[in-house]
Amino acid sequence: MSSLTVIESGPLATIQDRGRAGQAALGVPASGACDRAAYELANRLVGNVAGAAAIELTYGGLVVHADTELVVAITGAPCTGVPLNAPARVRAGELLRFGPPATGLRTYLAVRGGVDVPPVLGSRSTDLLSGLGPAPLTAQQTLPIGTLVEPMPGVDLAPVAHPPGGEVRLRVTPGPRRDWFTDAGWAALVEQTYQVSSNSNRVGVRLDGAPLDRSRTGELASEGMARGAIQIPPSGTPVIFLADHPVTGGYPVIAYVTEPDLDACAQLRPGQPVRLID
Amino acid sequence: MRLLPAGDRAVLVELGNLDEVLGYYAALTADPPAEVIDIVPAAHTVLVTTSGPLGALSQALRAVTPAGTTQVAGDLIEIPVTYDGADLDDVARLLGCSVSEVVARHTGDEWTVAFCGFSPGFGYLTSAGTWNLPRRESPRTKVPVGAVALAGEFSGVYPRESPGGWQLIGRTTVRIFDQDREPAALFHPGRRVRFVDAGRG
Repeated sequence: MSSLTVIESGPLATIQDRGRAGQAALGVPASGACDRAAYELANRLVGNVAGAAAIELTYGGLVVHADTELVVAITGAPCTGVPLNAPARVRAGELLRFGPPATGLRTYLAVRGGVDVPPVLGSRSTDLLSGLGPAPLTAQQTLPIGTLVEPMPGVDLAPVAHPPGGEVRLRVTPGPRRDWFTDAGWAALVEQTYQVSSNSNRVGVRLDGAPLDRSRTGELASEGMARGAIQIPPSGTPVIFLADHPVTGGYPVIAYVTEPDLDACAQLRPGQPVRLID
Repeated sequence: MRLLPAGDRAVLVELGNLDEVLGYYAALTADPPAEVIDIVPAAHTVLVTTSGPLGALSQALRAVTPAGTTQVAGDLIEIPVTYDGADLDDVARLLGCSVSEVVARHTGDEWTVAFCGFSPGFGYLTSAGTWNLPRRESPRTKVPVGAVALAGEFSGVYPRESPGGWQLIGRTTVRIFDQDREPAALFHPGRRVRFVDAGRG
C-alpha cells in the first residue's frame, strides 16, 4: 500500500475533503477545504475521484517523505521548494519540503489515490471547531494513500493565478441583519480598508478596523449561518465565516461575501489589506 | 413570515416564534425543495441552503404550509439524570422553589428538541412548562460531558466537554453524540425527550 510520512507538520496541516454538508440540523458544521477551488484542482490534476481527501497546509512548513512512489499535485498558495499546479511524480524515499508561500496562506497537496484515513460522519475533514475528523497532522505520522482514482487527465500544467499579495477586494451583499446597522455603519463597512487579524483561522477571518454603528441594541436569538456570513460581534469589527464556522451564531450578520469571492477569503494573510465592495 | 437574504446559497426564513419554526421546519423537511443541502432551524428562523438558484428556492419557501403538529409519534427517548449539578441550588433560588421541586418539574415535563447548534449534537429542548432562567453571569471554561443544563426556556445536555454558560442541574451517562455511532446525534429536531431521576449518585 502507498503511504507518506510526515517529517515536519509546519504551523498547521490538516486533512480536508468536501466536508460534511447536509448535517447542519444536527449541529454538525460543514467544514471541508477552505479554498475549495484550489482543493478541487489539486484532486483533478492527479485524477482522483471527486471528494478524495487531500492535505491543507497553512503557511507552508510541511515536510513529507514518500514511502512509495507517488503522484502528487500542489495548488493554492505557492510554497517555495515544490512544483505548483502540475502533476508530479515523487520517487520512493524523496522528500517534499514546503517553504513559506510567496503570497496567500493555504496550500493543497493532493496525492493520486487520496489520503485514506477513516471517514467520520461521511467525511475525512478535520473540523477544528467541533473536534470532528482526524487530528491535525503531527511529525512521524504515516498517512495511507488510497486507490480510488480515475484515469490521469493528461494535463501538464493548470494556468491559475497565484493568490494576490496586495489589497484584496471582496464583493459583498446585504445580509439578513443589515437593518441592525445604521446607514453610516453600512457605509463604514464598504468604505474602509480593513486589515486581516492574526486571530484568523479556519473558523473565520477576523478583520481589524473602525467599529460599525448599530441602529439597535439587544441580543439576537441564535440563527443559522452559511459560509461567507459577515458577523459583527459587540467589538463592531467583522468576522467572515469560513469552513469550520459553527452552524448557528448569535451576532447579527450584516452582509455575505459573494460565492465567487469566498475562496479568496481562505487565502488572506494576517496584516493583508481588505476592502469589502458593495 | 419574512424571507431574508443570506448570501448566494441560502435564504433565512424568519418566523414569529419557536412554535412557528417547528411547524415550518416539520413541513419543509417532510417535502424539501429540490437541490436543498441543509435546513437549520433556530429560535425564530430557519436557514435553508441550496445548490440551485435562489429564486426557485424562495418561491418554494413561500409556498410551504406549516405543519399543525411537530411531534413524531413514538419517538420518545428517556435520559436518566443524576441531579447534583453545581448550579442546582441557584436554579431553585431563581425559580423560588426547592431543589426537589426543580427535579420534579424537569422530570415531569415532556421536552422536544426544537433545534440543534452550538456544537455537534447539542439540542435546544423546549417544554410546555414555563422555564425562564438567565445564563450564568460568567460562563464556565469547562463544562463536563453529559452535563444537563438550563438557560432561557431551554434545557440541554452537553455532548462533550466544552465552555458553556448554562446553569448546570445534573449529569447523564447517556452518550448524546458519538461520531462512531449511527446515528451519531441522539437529538434531532422534533424528537421528544423525557428526563428521569436516576437518584443521587
